[in-house]
Amino acid sequence: MSLVLNFSLAYFRVLVISFYQFGGYAMQMPTPDATVLSRKAGIVARLQEVLPRDAVISDEMETRAYECDALTAYKCPPLAVVLPASTQEVSAVLKVCHEMGVPVVPRGSGTSLAGGALPTADCVLLGVARMNDVLETDYANRFIRVQTGRTNLSVTGAVEADGFFYAPDPSSQLACAIAGNIAMNSGGAHCLKYGVTTNNLMGVTMVQMDGTIMEIGGKHLDAGGYDLLGLICGSEGQLGVVTEATLRILPKPEGARPVLMGFDANEVAGACVADIIKAGVLPVAIEFMDRPCIEATEAFAKAGYPMCEALLIIEVEGSPAEIEEQLALILEIARKHNPVELREAKDADEAGRIWLGRKSAFGAMGQINDYMCLDGTIPVAELPYVLRRIGEMSKEYGLDVANVFHAGDGNMHPLILFDANKEGDLELCEAFGADILRLCVEVGGCLTGEHGVGIEKRDLMLDQFAPADLEAQMAVKDVFDPHWLLNPAKVFPLAASESRRSVALAAE
Amino acid sequence: MRPETEAELADMIASASGPVCVRGGGTRGVSLDGSVLETGGLSGITLYEPGSLTLVAQSGTPLAEIEAALDAEGQRLAFEPMDHRGLLGTSGAPTIGGVVAANVSGPRRVSVGACRDFVLGVRYVDGAGTIVKNGGRVMKNVTGYDLVKLMSGSWGTLGVLTEVNLKVLPKPETAACVLIDGLSDADAVQAMAKALASPFEVSGAAHIPVGLDGHPVTMLRIEGFAGSVAYRSDQVAGLFGDMAVRVERDPAAVAKGWAWVRDVEAFHGQPGDVWRVSCTPTGAAELAATIGAEALLYDWGGGLVWARVAAGTDVRARLGAFDGHATLVRGSGQAKFQPEPAAIAALSRGLRLKFDPEGILNTGLMG
Repeated sequence: MSLVLNFSLAYFRVLVISFYQFGGYAMQMPTPDATVLSRKAGIVARLQEVLPRDAVISDEMETRAYECDALTAYKCPPLAVVLPASTQEVSAVLKVCHEMGVPVVPRGSGTSLAGGALPTADCVLLGVARMNDVLETDYANRFIRVQTGRTNLSVTGAVEADGFFYAPDPSSQLACAIAGNIAMNSGGAHCLKYGVTTNNLMGVTMVQMDGTIMEIGGKHLDAGGYDLLGLICGSEGQLGVVTEATLRILPKPEGARPVLMGFDANEVAGACVADIIKAGVLPVAIEFMDRPCIEATEAFAKAGYPMCEALLIIEVEGSPAEIEEQLALILEIARKHNPVELREAKDADEAGRIWLGRKSAFGAMGQINDYMCLDGTIPVAELPYVLRRIGEMSKEYGLDVANVFHAGDGNMHPLILFDANKEGDLELCEAFGADILRLCVEVGGCLTGEHGVGIEKRDLMLDQFAPADLEAQMAVKDVFDPHWLLNPAKVFPLAASESRRSVALAAE
Repeated sequence: MRPETEAELADMIASASGPVCVRGGGTRGVSLDGSVLETGGLSGITLYEPGSLTLVAQSGTPLAEIEAALDAEGQRLAFEPMDHRGLLGTSGAPTIGGVVAANVSGPRRVSVGACRDFVLGVRYVDGAGTIVKNGGRVMKNVTGYDLVKLMSGSWGTLGVLTEVNLKVLPKPETAACVLIDGLSDADAVQAMAKALASPFEVSGAAHIPVGLDGHPVTMLRIEGFAGSVAYRSDQVAGLFGDMAVRVERDPAAVAKGWAWVRDVEAFHGQPGDVWRVSCTPTGAAELAATIGAEALLYDWGGGLVWARVAAGTDVRARLGAFDGHATLVRGSGQAKFQPEPAAIAALSRGLRLKFDPEGILNTGLMG
């Protein structure tokens, strides 16, 4: 449904800010290991010994295809790219890299908005795209086992004819791979009811940096010992390379229907959401758009949205009678908040029109401006305060903001509008974005709800965590990847991880 | 030891000279050598926002206090934590820290997730006495590694929880239970799979080979708004038109029945060891038959098998290799937790060494 979203984001960034390269911009990456760079020929030769000829790419023109992910402001071609076709091949590659002390950056489909799959010049980029088979579907036990290069949407595609679906639905679901979903613990619009990736992941086949292949979890529920599966999900490819996954699939609901409501203040919309939740209804999605966002989408998609301060789209599921029952309650609550508009969908066409603007929101914003998309989460009750503060900061920075977000779970996606052709505007926008994320942390929320830390929010980690908190996380990486070779320059501020990464290098 | 604050707890751990046995309410049957550290002094709900579906509590807060606070707002802990007292013959008041440390989930685990799926954040003190926080109090959070999952179900061996942040859910308006009489274990597992694969949101699927009246009964729970529950329970019952189907529509009776399943009441006061086997649901009946149990109870559509066996029975040896794990819940003489394959055991050991370098927290229990 909302695939428009991330694609359009990537598109506008490519269009506008692709001229930014390392060194000319805020986010630093570690100095590439000169020894590794000088041994390129030997490394490539070893990789070619363990992989088919066409699975190793070392030509500098060809490796450029992998120089960035969807955070296109940052680019760096890797030393080499490998495209293994099996868990055994992944294991062989990692063994070689482990022996030769070469960092490895795993990559799903490269749709990360946080730079999770951004290469370094001294790394082997390991893409899982050739591993996209369905290995097993089991409706009686409600799971599907797939190779992790398979795209999110095609997991649902493999089971929908039989009445099932895979619940996590990140906006990039047409393109994004399960491998990346697991690495980032991806969410989507429907998490309020169905949870995020970690809640729908039952087991993985994972290859450790030294080439060890292991099965964690499986067709049963919960861990018999420590919950390593829960630890691996969301570890941004730093603990191992997940090659196969057992995913929970769910029977499709009988039907779903959205309702649209407009309010004359953000606070009122926020209060309405809280009241609906308190009343015991658990809609499958609650999406929020503020006035700048409504105006832009109206100009772009002409969905016929009311011009107001805040708009909610709420979707419920079930049989027709169940939908009626839930919507009646929701509408009754909404009426108490003096909505400027209440619009029910009588058929699929009207439902489509209600969703049209929301789904076009990111593309619409891109039509009128360059923008940066944020991903903080806040406690739902803080919504009015946070929106007010963002409005004030917007004036201070002189940059406009449009807010669109998953209101039920507090996951905000403020879009900061800027002019990439104007000197200093991108830096200003980044500073503003960092301030918004700090605000999210300040009110009890977090830096990232579903996109991941990658390199994008790496240096803000100390705003959310004390050094001891980060130390505990880095100690986990020490256990899984003692030499810090897997995706080492991500997640943790470089200064915080430096001693570990330099020990790894000195060990060569 | 009974610290009143997190800082005091951290000091106690930092200066501990030997093993520490961590205790919440002491209801989950953990009894180990070492100085007992009670968390009961760290008590109280620190934040509850019904509109945000979140609750924060200190780890020693009695579960009953949390459930009462939630109930007053028409909400609940959806993962339906089991009460171990009847099964283990323990007394005391279960604490929320104990629930999280043991990842205690009930019948609804099959539909909404385990305890670990509802823990949004934790604060804990590791084995060196360092205070650490992870996660937060929001529903979507991918900032850094998810140590919340690691701490959930680590039984106090990686750190002593001091505070937990929970996602809570609305309590449904009503509930009904579709009952099928007389099924064999294998047929019951099939029926439960069919119900769980339907779009009617079955929130519990259990089978008792010998029910209260001495006959097998299969239970399928439906929860929600009244109209919806009436509709869905009829639909689910309709899936089994050729069987002996009844629908229990009295919510109090439904609640009682599921508490009976949740707490494995059928085994209360009965002799022998009790094992909990997590397995692939459709293989459950066949697998359970290998145990040679004196009594069985199937939950999670067959994905969870409770087995009561003669004391000292090596159930793992009888099960052989299977996709899943067996935990000894009541009894002794066997390892409590399923031994792990070498590569995973190495990781567990490594984590244990990092989080508790001296090996003082609940020594010998896990990892």
